[in-house]
Amino acid sequence: MTGLLDALIQGVLLGGLYALFAAGLSLIFGVMRLVNLAHGDLIVLAAFVILVVAEKLGLDPFAAALVALPVLFAAGFALQYVLLNRTLGRDLLPPLLVTFGLSIIIQNGLLQLFSADSQRLRSGAIETASIALGGGIAIGVVPLLTLLGAVLVIVILNLIFYRTPLGRAFRATSDDLDVAQLMGIDIRRVFATAMGVAFTVIAIAALYLGLRANFDPTSGPARLLYAFEAVIIGGLGSFWGTLAGGIVLGLAQTIGARIDPEWQILSGHLAFLAVLVLRPRGLFPRAQD
Amino acid sequence: MALLETRNLQAFYGDFQALYGIDSHVDTGETIAIIGANGAGKSTYLKAIAGLMPGSAGSVVFDGQPIGSHPAAAVMKLGIALVPEGRRLFPSLTIEENLLIGGDRRKLPGPWSLQRVYALFPILKERRSAATPTLSGGQQQMAAIGRALMSNPRLLLCDEISLGLAPIIIADIYAALPRIKAEGTSVVLVEQDIAQAMKVADRVYCFQEGRLSLAGRPRELTRDQIHRAYFGA
Repeated sequence: MTGLLDALIQGVLLGGLYALFAAGLSLIFGVMRLVNLAHGDLIVLAAFVILVVAEKLGLDPFAAALVALPVLFAAGFALQYVLLNRTLGRDLLPPLLVTFGLSIIIQNGLLQLFSADSQRLRSGAIETASIALGGGIAIGVVPLLTLLGAVLVIVILNLIFYRTPLGRAFRATSDDLDVAQLMGIDIRRVFATAMGVAFTVIAIAALYLGLRANFDPTSGPARLLYAFEAVIIGGLGSFWGTLAGGIVLGLAQTIGARIDPEWQILSGHLAFLAVLVLRPRGLFPRAQD
Repeated sequence: MALLETRNLQAFYGDFQALYGIDSHVDTGETIAIIGANGAGKSTYLKAIAGLMPGSAGSVVFDGQPIGSHPAAAVMKLGIALVPEGRRLFPSLTIEENLLIGGDRRKLPGPWSLQRVYALFPILKERRSAATPTLSGGQQQMAAIGRALMSNPRLLLCDEISLGLAPIIIADIYAALPRIKAEGTSVVLVEQDIAQAMKVADRVYCFQEGRLSLAGRPRELTRDQIHRAYFGA
């Protein structure tokens, strides 16, 4: 009984990390229908950025991430404005090819700069700190912060999307490009801003990725897969759905691992397939489209 | 001086030429009706002015400034708002958000605000939080007009605002036009319902196969002239 309860708790906490991976992907797809195949590699790239900032400035990873945030926002804005905007149009293939190429460039660039060694963000005592819940169950402080971070990110994204003029512009642009321009919206800027926001979410995901696990230049594609599965499980177009999708994936992996450690990854994929079969539009699909 | 002037305006859909050298003008405070059969180029004319027809040629001058090559977002900021054919509200936005987004990018002092739009179309206030697709066609048309007004445009372009609506609803919508005009806004209406258009317009342009076939004041035009301009000889 304790074992199951523990698996559930750890699964939900792991789900927080997957939700963070997925939130940026969900945002980008929601606003501009861009499937960013480099998303996982961008998370790893951001983790390396935080690592470098932390080492060079002698900062704690949390402070380093804070320093990296505006830089990554600007990088995301520029990437979209200069490169990805050119790939968007009626044809879905160009953005897929360009982000796939970007993924290869990032992986190999990181290999060149940092070698294939695994890295980790070091944050002293907090890494191993845990809170005992009694009954032999304890929750790690970093996993708990990860889940809280995911919830906070989703609350903030929802506030931006549903309470601000920028969010109105995001949703309107996603609905109807031509009419959005009639509203005076410069869609190139709106897309670039969306990518900037996605990059800040990527930076937060990278922080917790680096605190919880080792990462190396080739860690990206697996992160993309989890993010993709979480978005699809949750249903496109809903941030809370993305959180739920991350948690479903985390739970499936943790429970699978309890049955047999080799089943961890497989169970996550099976849960994803089950959702696709039973609810092809995800758990919380958007009302229209 | 004319608020808007087009000279030799031409527009294309790929290889297909939709407008052949349209010379037209709209004076401040004037209401112009554009009539013509399906495919005559009426909507294309509005889209070319609004900046939605890249590759159009000729000149479009608004308030002394050439805007022919401006993208739609820049045209809107100068004070031209288009109510697109088929209303095209944003389905993910509530009615009130649809109105607000009309004014988000052009916050100029002017006669129109959320309150004034609600006063013009009271039903929108009742349904302000409703999901857009749940509104009737007439209500959606009112919201689309309100959304365009929220930017306090100096020129309002309306594309087929009576299309697909019941006569009683059309009357409601057309009743709003004099109140829009009273604020000094110039209006260009594309309209298939000739009688309706003639009632509100100061001047009429008739299009035929991408060319201007007739221009004049409604009272000075005979049925025969209009018939010929509309259908060809």
